[in-house]
Amino acid sequence: MAVRAQFENNNEIGVFSKLTNSYCLVGIGASETFYSVFESELSDIIPVIHASVAGCRIVGRMTVGNKNGLLLPNSTTDTELQHIRNSLPDNVKVQRVEERLSALGNVMVCNDYVALVHPDLDKDTEEILSDTLNVEVYRQTVASNCLVGSYCAISNQGGLVHPKTTVEDLDELSGLIQVPLVAGTVNRGSDVVGAGMVVNDWCAVCGTDTTSTEISVIDSIFKLDPDGVHKMKKLKGPLIDSIKAS
Amino acid sequence: MDLSKMDYAPTSVPATVLKILCCQCGVPMEPNPANMCVSCLRIHVDITQDIPKQGILQFCRNCERYLQPPFEWISCALESKELLGLCLRKLKALNKVKLVDAGFIWTEPHSKRIKVKLTVHGEVMSGMTLQQVFVVEFTVANQMCDDCHRSEAQDYWRALVQVRQKSDNKKTFYYLEQLMLKHKAHKNTLSIKPESNGLDFFYSTESQARKLVDFMTAVLPCRYQHSKKLLSHDIHSNTYNYKFTYSMEIVPVMKDSVVCLSKKLSQQLGGISPLCIVYRVTNSIKLIDPSTAQLAEVSSSAYWRDSFQSVFKSKQLTEYTVMDIEPIMEKDRVQFPGQGQLSYKHMLADVWVVRSCDLGLTTDSIHCRSHLGHVLKPMDTVLGYAVADSNANDSNFDKLPKSSLPDVILIKKNYPDRARHRRRTWKLKRMTTDTEMNMESDHNDMDEFMDDLEEDKDLRQNINIYKNPDVGIESAAEDDDDNDGAPRISLEEMMEDLCIYEDDVMEVYE
Repeated sequence: MAVRAQFENNNEIGVFSKLTNSYCLVGIGASETFYSVFESELSDIIPVIHASVAGCRIVGRMTVGNKNGLLLPNSTTDTELQHIRNSLPDNVKVQRVEERLSALGNVMVCNDYVALVHPDLDKDTEEILSDTLNVEVYRQTVASNCLVGSYCAISNQGGLVHPKTTVEDLDELSGLIQVPLVAGTVNRGSDVVGAGMVVNDWCAVCGTDTTSTEISVIDSIFKLDPDGVHKMKKLKGPLIDSIKAS
Repeated sequence: MDLSKMDYAPTSVPATVLKILCCQCGVPMEPNPANMCVSCLRIHVDITQDIPKQGILQFCRNCERYLQPPFEWISCALESKELLGLCLRKLKALNKVKLVDAGFIWTEPHSKRIKVKLTVHGEVMSGMTLQQVFVVEFTVANQMCDDCHRSEAQDYWRALVQVRQKSDNKKTFYYLEQLMLKHKAHKNTLSIKPESNGLDFFYSTESQARKLVDFMTAVLPCRYQHSKKLLSHDIHSNTYNYKFTYSMEIVPVMKDSVVCLSKKLSQQLGGISPLCIVYRVTNSIKLIDPSTAQLAEVSSSAYWRDSFQSVFKSKQLTEYTVMDIEPIMEKDRVQFPGQGQLSYKHMLADVWVVRSCDLGLTTDSIHCRSHLGHVLKPMDTVLGYAVADSNANDSNFDKLPKSSLPDVILIKKNYPDRARHRRRTWKLKRMTTDTEMNMESDHNDMDEFMDDLEEDKDLRQNINIYKNPDVGIESAAEDDDDNDGAPRISLEEMMEDLCIYEDDVMEVYE
């Protein structure tokens, strides 16, 4: 089930952290509560790395990665790069890219097989992306927004996209990514779902404002707690009927 | 085909909007900026939270008016649109939302509660419009308005115009009444109070009093003094509360009186002889010299520079009978350079008269020169002043050489039968209330005033004369049979008065 967390009174979890199936980056300088949420969920499976990128804590927006690799912007210092490389598992490739759109997390989103990127992204970056992360790259928009990384969150199980996405767009996107997608919100109606949450194949973290409805949508689309969700769905109909009848 | 090379431009396929779950309650809904369904949004935000749900309306029980801040009092019925406007103006924060509909919810009038139901549109959360209906309850609080407060405290007037004339009859005031009626100059008057030698006019503001003063200076020869009395003042707001008084004095000379001019004034007026008859008073004093029929006009400003009094007043008029009359030809008139205007409407004549009471007792007729040659015939009666027998008290008059004084000054022809024809075919409007203008004067003054109007066409041009419905035209014509030559007002000069009687309507259907 998705867990709720807060980064220094800020609900935009996806900004300050990057979660993949083989590692997790978190921005430095937050309270121990924030880290403990991640560590309790992940630390015995994958490394939780406290990092900064170009001196900023917004690691989630600056980087893009999956279980195969990690792309860092050109502004990353050598020390930071060295620290991240040392902390990551050996099979994860780390690559610095020279890209004009330097907030890589905003312009790209990927799972372990497919990546959606900003339409104006550099050719070279696209190539590096597909080589390093071992993904198929599609230039796409989400609900007419070019910042695909901000407006959608995907894993190998499913994906959550901007609430204004039309049915046609949703069908096209899910055809490309080959996972079920749903339009939805996080953090009590916020439509920047990519920045509001992080997700991998077995765990999701979202802001503390996220309502239970949103949690249940996240759980069901990312298949985080298959039993519980389906139980709930099965229960819901009769439950409401009985309330109406009484 | 390399999908990454595909055009990303949005296709023109009609977009089907996806339903998402409301982030609060989970019902499927179309996405909106808040991503919340309407009912959740309503719980979440209240666009009317700045608008007070209760208010107070000030109401004056005496005059049944509502206070419209800051200090206007307006009368409006319950559930009227004026009252609704008043209620809405009370709600200060209403400008932050868009008012769509407003109406009253019925309440018992005695409950002193007014309920207004409002529908408003407001913008919430980055451009979503929300409609909300709510009720504002107003309590009607009693508060006496300034006007009622002042009249309760017997302190209702702010400005007073005191009109005074030092004279022995009220004809000037009757004339003033008619002028005011014609020009509706009494419109804003709070009350009119008779005083000795004049009237007091009360007003609620100084400008209204000022208007009457301006009107009177335009129609009557008069002067005024302005004074004010400080009632209260506030040093903090620098406001002063005054009562204003205008004291107006109308010139004391009346029509048909004889005045004696100073030597200087008589020279200024074209060498007119000092002893003159006042033959008309409008906004200036019109004088005529009976011995030469020379005319002069004294404006009010000229009068107050060099004032003169009546030597003989109309109370002193004596009746004479004309024994003989001899007109003076134009060529025989005395003329000199620098002479003022001469009247050619009047005819100069030598007249021999005998006092009517002495008729038959004496054979000595008194000679005088008169400007009334065009109306007098032998055996006519005429009114005049016995100058030789009188004891005048006037400094200018005393300076005149006794030898130059005429024995008698004839003023106007007398119509002794006129009393019979008191049923006039015309009438005047009066100011309605009994107290106003009713100066407990003897009825004669009004009659004399009406006689003057009949005699003087120019005077009655300034006022409205109405047909008297009680005296038919037939009876007027009947009177004409035994016409004694007394002046009358022609039918063309009269106005038809508007009168609405139920009887009139009935007659039409009979």
